[in-house]
Amino acid sequence: MLTIKQYVKVQSLEEAYELYQKKNNVVLGGMLWLKMGRGSVNTAIDLSGLGLDRIEETEEEYRLGAMVSLRALETHPGLNELTQGAAAESVRHIVGVQFRNLATVGGSVYGRFGFSDVLTLLLALDARVVLYHAGEMPLAEFAALPRQQKDILTHVILPKAPRRVVYLSQRNISTDFPVLTCALSHQGKKYTCAIGARPMAAQVYGDEKGILTGGVTGESARAFAADVAGRARFSSNLRGSADYRREICQVLIRRGLLAMEEG
Amino acid sequence: MEHKTLKTVGQPVRKKDAMALLLGKPAYVDDVTPRDCLVVKVLRSPHAHALIEEIRTDVACKVPGIVGIYTYKDVPQKRFTMAGQTYPEPSPYDRLILDQRVRFVGDAVAIVAGEDEQAVNRAMKLIKVKYQVLQPVLDPHEALDGPILVHPEDNWRSLCPVGADNRRNLCASDTCSDGDVDQVLAQCPYVVDRVYHTKACNQAMMETFRTYTEMDPYGRLHVISSTQIVFHVRRILANALDIPKSKIHVEKPRIGGGFGAKQTAVAEVYPAFVTWKTGRAAKMIYTREESQIAASPRHEMEVHVRLGATQEGVIRAIDVYTLSNTGAYGEHGPTTVGLSGHKSIPLYTGNLEAFRFAYDVVYTNRQSAGAYRGYGATQGIFAVESAVNELADRLGMDPVALREKNMVREGQIMPAYYNEPASACALDRCMERCKELFGWEEKFPVRDMGNGKVRAAGVAMAMQGSGISGVDVGSATIKLSDEGFYNLSIGAADMGTGCDTILAQMAAECLDCSVDNIAVFGADSDASPYDSGSYASSTTYVTGKAVEKACQQLKEQICTVAAGMLNCSSDEVEFAGDRVRKLDGTGEVTLSQVATQSMCGNPTAVQATCSHTSPTSPPPFMVGMVEVEVDKETGSVEVLDYVAVVDCGTPVNPNLARVQTEGGLVQGIGMALFEGVTYDEKGRMAENSFLQYKIPTRLDMGRLRVEFAPSYEQSGPFGAKSIGEIVINTPSPAIAQAVFRATGVWHRELPITPEKVLMGMKSRG
Amino acid sequence: MEIKLMLNGREVTASIQADTLLIDFLRARGCLSVKRGCETSNCGLCTVLLDGTPVLSCSVLAARADGHSIQTLEGLQEEAAEFVTFIADQGAEQCGFCNPGFVMNTIALLRENPNPTDDEIRAYLAGNLCRCSGYEGQLRGIRAYLNQRNQG
Repeated sequence: MLTIKQYVKVQSLEEAYELYQKKNNVVLGGMLWLKMGRGSVNTAIDLSGLGLDRIEETEEEYRLGAMVSLRALETHPGLNELTQGAAAESVRHIVGVQFRNLATVGGSVYGRFGFSDVLTLLLALDARVVLYHAGEMPLAEFAALPRQQKDILTHVILPKAPRRVVYLSQRNISTDFPVLTCALSHQGKKYTCAIGARPMAAQVYGDEKGILTGGVTGESARAFAADVAGRARFSSNLRGSADYRREICQVLIRRGLLAMEEG
Repeated sequence: MEHKTLKTVGQPVRKKDAMALLLGKPAYVDDVTPRDCLVVKVLRSPHAHALIEEIRTDVACKVPGIVGIYTYKDVPQKRFTMAGQTYPEPSPYDRLILDQRVRFVGDAVAIVAGEDEQAVNRAMKLIKVKYQVLQPVLDPHEALDGPILVHPEDNWRSLCPVGADNRRNLCASDTCSDGDVDQVLAQCPYVVDRVYHTKACNQAMMETFRTYTEMDPYGRLHVISSTQIVFHVRRILANALDIPKSKIHVEKPRIGGGFGAKQTAVAEVYPAFVTWKTGRAAKMIYTREESQIAASPRHEMEVHVRLGATQEGVIRAIDVYTLSNTGAYGEHGPTTVGLSGHKSIPLYTGNLEAFRFAYDVVYTNRQSAGAYRGYGATQGIFAVESAVNELADRLGMDPVALREKNMVREGQIMPAYYNEPASACALDRCMERCKELFGWEEKFPVRDMGNGKVRAAGVAMAMQGSGISGVDVGSATIKLSDEGFYNLSIGAADMGTGCDTILAQMAAECLDCSVDNIAVFGADSDASPYDSGSYASSTTYVTGKAVEKACQQLKEQICTVAAGMLNCSSDEVEFAGDRVRKLDGTGEVTLSQVATQSMCGNPTAVQATCSHTSPTSPPPFMVGMVEVEVDKETGSVEVLDYVAVVDCGTPVNPNLARVQTEGGLVQGIGMALFEGVTYDEKGRMAENSFLQYKIPTRLDMGRLRVEFAPSYEQSGPFGAKSIGEIVINTPSPAIAQAVFRATGVWHRELPITPEKVLMGMKSRG
Repeated sequence: MEIKLMLNGREVTASIQADTLLIDFLRARGCLSVKRGCETSNCGLCTVLLDGTPVLSCSVLAARADGHSIQTLEGLQEEAAEFVTFIADQGAEQCGFCNPGFVMNTIALLRENPNPTDDEIRAYLAGNLCRCSGYEGQLRGIRAYLNQRNQG
């Protein structure tokens, strides 16, 4: 059972950052994952007094505060218009409404969890993250950072540049962790494919070979799917074997591309 | 058959406790017992098989608030079983409260009691155990006569002749047969010879195991527990603590689900031991993890079926061999296995010339199994029904037609069911109606829906029993009370099933009053009349009959008192519900007046207790049909439509019977598709939480449609049989068939996961 | 540490530990409708309303409720009674242990979406596990309530 010695609702990001540098101190997100641990936390740092639970919109982008809930992501009209419903699709399988009211965008992204649907989607959307100390950077870059580097994630930024988006996942049962996640986007000539729950965390695969340059057809979709499945690393866990993941990776990508094309 | 017109039985009466439960009123163990008591937890073994070489508790004992830490050195050395069964239990006496040998990952190592949870948690971490880690036997195939013994101890005991031998890792073994099965099979042009495998699924009732214990003012151990078996718990605790049964009083409040899990005294011994040692009130609340890894799941079974038929689809012989894995202890091991043959083979009594049913139940170093709804029948029916579906495919016959040709019919003697007659059997009507309701003709053909998706259908039949014949005892006490209401006391346990209400409906029917006029009490080992408990689909059928008998007796008593008031003899009056009147119409007294009279200068008791037992266990029957959509590119299986038609005799309360059915179907769907149990090489179970053990949500079960095709069972109360268990049995075989129809691959091991479906198709090419 | 919150409409000040979970805080204060069914935020039994939003009280620190409003079924008896009679008329309450969480989340659903479709009901309540009823009777009950309400 998780024990916590001290709880601090911080007044500033600076305070949060300073506290977080100390050993055994954690930043609270929705606490859903953290709570399952059996360790002892010295200080639990709560950001919920910093107004980070808002989704702000500017001309160029959406700024999602770290404390925005997955449910807010699911139900936000603008975000779902931008993503053609992929925002809602990416989270609707996550346990239940009560869970998604607690789980936060910041927690999902900062944890860089292998199973994360949200991370998969955001990677395909060219999202950027804002870290209190390290500043703004592409999500893909953040995802590759060493975990020892302790920073406070304050925002996730979604560019509003129009693009086609599709999100698909494979699950053994409706509200379970995914066996595989797949987010696809198409902007101009650029196709981006993020594959997560491999079961390692999501990674982005582009169309460097130009397989889709001539447009998405049944054939090119199949070829691109095979190409990504060939490049991606998969492994096995309770929910599925590496071989199975490789198989359905191709199915999800192909279906996703075709759906995007129809969309 | 002539049936009286019934007023209350057969009505969809609201459950007596429904509103209280829906409005969240305190009703369960942890709600109705004091918060201020010792917290009890169990330190559990990280090893599947080990001997405790040394266990040091001195440091842990110094944690402020710790009241006691107990190890194997502190407990009585007489072995007992935690199985809730009638004495002498068929389950072997193979347990101690704490043992020097630990036999599965999660087995109890030490009991810690303290003033609060934090202290107990801290102390648990400070107990130092040195294990001599032993090689475990995890594979049931390697258990029998293998080199590793799970129970080498000399004081292991088997009380009944079930073929057990701890020196062989054997918990039970038997063979029975009728006719020469080998000879008939040799004559059959079609023989399906297959092995089916089901896993140790967990009941996953929402309320985990929990028990509160205290010493009462008489120096007796008072136990308030979430249990289906108050009387058996009394014996189990007396055995475990080695104290007289007279020292123990067990009661149950509302129970948050059981499904058989709470037919084993999983949690009771630990707080009971603490209270007996310290004299202080104590409580143990199992975590979900403990309920997953150290409880009483279904027996894993491997069922080998050989089924022989003619070209025309006449099923002539069935040979079943079951290897059942009871895990580390033998609770319900010798009995569950019997149902895997005795409740599957008789479905095909129609033309059956010979059958054989043999089994071995083995010990392994896995979690001990127990009772789970269906109790072995579920496993056996998955196997036999799948084999029949495979036969239909081989013969190119419609599986419904094949069943219609071979199914058991009313009046037939069932040799594989202890030669009991199918005294009331509407299985044929169940099939006919199910076929129609489901739209079998349209749905059985495989339909391509495009985008890799196909739809297909499957069918299965099932039976169960109604109580354990010649063993189960149901009792009821009914008394006339002030103003003419009735108190009904029972020892059966309503675990959400609604038996309190159903039995009250029967009493109301007998006594010609409203259900509201019956106050129900139960279950309490001091106050209730003896009842074996609520399991084996017994309560409606066995205890129900006891209610009927008790009411009859009470009516006679009421007439005696009334006759005294009317100055006539009791054969000159008749009971008329709210009054007793003279047959000649010259006078009457109200029930209220009789009640008042009974409490003033009256020597005649207006309280009757009757017990009932049945020499037979009439089976309920049912048919289930499922339509699934299979995604042939991902392997996903979606249940679209499930239709079940059930013959439970008279449905005493159609609402509750229907919800029992729906709930059972969804548990069955969970077993078929989702509920995996995975052990690693060290004997650790992966599905130790609801994060990993996935039971169906409301998005995973499609549409359910349930109807009844009642028969009338003469020996049952108002023609009733049972319903609680049978309803879990059809989904696994029906879904497996539908998946075969969609993909061309038979899945003989559950659960049928998307990966198995897809990879099965790939390897088939 | 000390927290101050509105619990079922009444202001409550309490001393808690940093790691006290809201579920334990609530049960200790007599809100016994709040049930624990797992340790992994999967079952929905412990659902309460935090500022009107349904959350899992097993996964919220009591400290985080400071300055907020919490409602449990104890505080919403009348709103619940409006529709739970329809569940009772189906016999779908069964063992009852999941009922408070299910009822709380249904209240949240109906406040948010007074006329949900069957699929919307299933989706919103997907996080409320029930092992007894098979869910169908719960759906029939809610549907019956909505039909009656919309006709009345």
